[in-house]
Amino acid sequence: MTTRETRPGSTGGADVPGPLHGGPDDDYTPEQLAAISREDLDRLGAAYDGVQILHVDPGPEPGSAVERRAVRQVGLTFALAGLAAFAFIVIYVGSGWFLPDWHWEITEGGWSALFTPMLGALMGLSLVLVGVGLVLYTKKLLPHETAVQDKHDGSHFDRVTTGATLVGGLHNSGLARRKLITRSLVFMGGGLGLMLIMPLGGLIRNPNTGDPLGTTNWGPGVRLVRDDGTPIRPGDQQPGSLETVFPAVPGGNRQADAATMLIRLRPEQVAVNRPREGQDDFGYGDYVAYSKICTHAGCPVSLYEQETSRILCPCHQSQFDVTQGAKPVFGPATRALPELPITVDDEGYFVARDDYPEAVGPTYWNRERI
Amino acid sequence: MARTATAPGVPTTLLGKAALEVDDRLIVAGPLRRTLNKVFPDHWSFLLGEIALYAFVVLLLSGTYLTFFFDASMREVVYEGSYAPLRGVEMSAAYDSALQLSFDVRGGLFMRQIHHWAALLFVAAIVVHLLRIFFTGAFRRPRESNWLIGVVMLVLALLMGVTGYSLPDDLLSGTGLRIISAILLSVPVIGTWAHWAVFNGDFVGENIIGRFYIVHVLLIPAILLALIAVHLLVLVKQKHTQFPGPGRTEHNVVGNRLFPAFAGKATGLFFIVFGVCAALGGLVQINPVWLWGPYNPAQVSSASQPDWYIGFLDGSTRIFPAWDINLPGDYTIPALFWPTVVVAGAMFTVLALYPMIERKLTGDTASHHLLQRPRDVPVRTSLGVMALTFYVWLMIAGGNDVIADKFDISLNAMTWVGRIGVIILPPIAYVLTYRMCLGLQQHDREVLEHGIETGVIRRLPHGEFIEVHQPLGEVDAHGHGQLAYGGAPVPKKMNQVGGARRAIRGFFSPIEEPAQVELEQRREEHGPAAAESSRELTTSGRPQEGGRPQEPRD
Repeated sequence: MTTRETRPGSTGGADVPGPLHGGPDDDYTPEQLAAISREDLDRLGAAYDGVQILHVDPGPEPGSAVERRAVRQVGLTFALAGLAAFAFIVIYVGSGWFLPDWHWEITEGGWSALFTPMLGALMGLSLVLVGVGLVLYTKKLLPHETAVQDKHDGSHFDRVTTGATLVGGLHNSGLARRKLITRSLVFMGGGLGLMLIMPLGGLIRNPNTGDPLGTTNWGPGVRLVRDDGTPIRPGDQQPGSLETVFPAVPGGNRQADAATMLIRLRPEQVAVNRPREGQDDFGYGDYVAYSKICTHAGCPVSLYEQETSRILCPCHQSQFDVTQGAKPVFGPATRALPELPITVDDEGYFVARDDYPEAVGPTYWNRERI
Repeated sequence: MARTATAPGVPTTLLGKAALEVDDRLIVAGPLRRTLNKVFPDHWSFLLGEIALYAFVVLLLSGTYLTFFFDASMREVVYEGSYAPLRGVEMSAAYDSALQLSFDVRGGLFMRQIHHWAALLFVAAIVVHLLRIFFTGAFRRPRESNWLIGVVMLVLALLMGVTGYSLPDDLLSGTGLRIISAILLSVPVIGTWAHWAVFNGDFVGENIIGRFYIVHVLLIPAILLALIAVHLLVLVKQKHTQFPGPGRTEHNVVGNRLFPAFAGKATGLFFIVFGVCAALGGLVQINPVWLWGPYNPAQVSSASQPDWYIGFLDGSTRIFPAWDINLPGDYTIPALFWPTVVVAGAMFTVLALYPMIERKLTGDTASHHLLQRPRDVPVRTSLGVMALTFYVWLMIAGGNDVIADKFDISLNAMTWVGRIGVIILPPIAYVLTYRMCLGLQQHDREVLEHGIETGVIRRLPHGEFIEVHQPLGEVDAHGHGQLAYGGAPVPKKMNQVGGARRAIRGFFSPIEEPAQVELEQRREEHGPAAAESSRELTTSGRPQEGGRPQEPRD
């Protein structure tokens, strides 16, 4: 820390403390500190941090059997950790090179099925051993000290002086008197804040435009097709069966709300079938079609127990009775599954007569109004 | 006297010179010494929060790795990767890249599973840490702010989980997304607007995976990192709490200094947490997305359960009755709104405000740095166990279909068990816990008054058998202990008061001399060896009165 510069502004050289510096550097000169032993310096520093070392339980005596054993344990643990780490590297790098390929084939067991477990076992082992080694080291070889540190509540002196500075600054700004500035600041802050969050308005879109929640791709004359696009005739299915059908429009089988269950009732179900009011003619013969989207949380209701005529939603166990207009008979759902009015077109294939008469899927605030 | 070559205090070693150069520029010696000297309490329960911190580090590392391969896009692609059963299937690019990551990236599946396991561990560690804070009263003044930050971090961790497991766009995560969509729709008044804002339109749209992705990898992690920093800074500033014990007061912390003892243990714990995540990630399969298949709104698999920390919401949704509220003007509050938005909102609001609620009810506004044992605060403990019962019961109800299937019970019966249980079990838990707390308190007092049961049975001259009790301190004329209860554990076994000498070290063969241990114990006044030297031998080797509490006789 020397300099040869003499020009103005390039003094350099020693850091000479000003009169207000104070602190431990004034209490202890370098000469004094140099005369203090390392342990005492440690304790002196700790004392400045409010820490007192109460009791030190020295570690095992150097050269003792206890120490040798602990050193062996820790050393062995670290060595094993390193060994596992290198084994991991060999398996990671070597698979597909000098070891069998790691690419997993569904038909094959062996190496490829063991690749991931081996990686996990070796990395896990290695890291856990490092941890265990460190803990062993700390517990068995380091001195155990009991330290106590002072805990202070906030300092009254700090509070008063900080408060004086803050209040002084506020007082000098004159904001308490200069009302025009305070008011314009409030006005400005509000405006600025709003302005900065305004672009989030880009996220807002009107959910009522075109009533997307209340309409689906079904409509007059739209054929009922299977997932693979084939149309369905009456008689294709056995009584008591259920098939998931989609509207015959491009991408119809990926629509989130168009999936429909085409159910052929058994004769005894037809006898007790009580469709919802005003929907007596929605079915076709012994066929009925209900929305597959649960009116509770939107999961596909897929489990049909034809003995009891119940359809179960696997997500929250709502149950719907297909012989009672698919009204909910158990569980958290509140509304019946909407029924799709169906008929048969000129070629003898099932078609929808119209869209669903109501919104399919989960209930929402203004559903009844649309 | 010859002058030394260097001025006093100037370092002579290379390391010392380097340290001086650094400190000349950064002036870190002071703050560093203060940090190294910080005292940490030596109790295992203070490490629970650290487990959460380390799990978060593992999450950051493994998650960053996953982003190199994951494509958060809902573009339709045809799978051409090496997993044969799905080849040729149309799927989103997100699911495709999740499969590529699992099957065609060397070690990719391993990293994905580490990430998932670390996430489960992260939330679990937060919850257990929170329980420790709650039941020991560590949230009391002045630590309410850190409690609040902690609760916010818990909620963020749950959001992290939800946005994370939605990303692969498999059938299970898509089903979860569908339910999230329904929950958004169920919010009164603004539900549809909120849904359109989040999904950019009707379910499912083409934006949601991309939006969840940026929330999952940037927004929430950034907020979490900032909150973790504040959480720790406040902790350092306020210093740790500690359990009551000898020498421990409201104005100190007794334990180990950060360096080296605590640093060694904490680093060790980090490696163990990382190692456990790695072992789980390799050995225990989690969320095998290739088995679920791509998301299809018309399909679902049974036993669709979310990750464990969301299970309570699934359960509340399953057991909530079908109660739509129809308002005038054809408006509806859907039944789904209550068990999801309202239950979760109420639970976390009460949790966040609990310190304020307790302060109001007890009128205790003092600063506390000594922890309480749960038994000493029976009302809080019982409230906590009650809330925990509610939570766990909802979680169990979230798996009612699995229970019904495995134990061959009617599904509807399980739903009713859930409904009835959620009402009657929490109060029962409250009462039971309250009685247990009182019982434990009584037992502590009893031991302080009458001493520890020694297991030594003695026959008195007139034939009565008594058990010899070892008093913990001075006794009065009636043989009753004079010690007051100080909020610290009371020894209940003779070994805890040095009734036996410590074990001789060594596994196959002793590595220390038994006689040496005896001497050491005598020196430190532990164990029977020390007691013998300071006691007059009686014929039976037992205290004269047998430690028997004497009834006042007339």
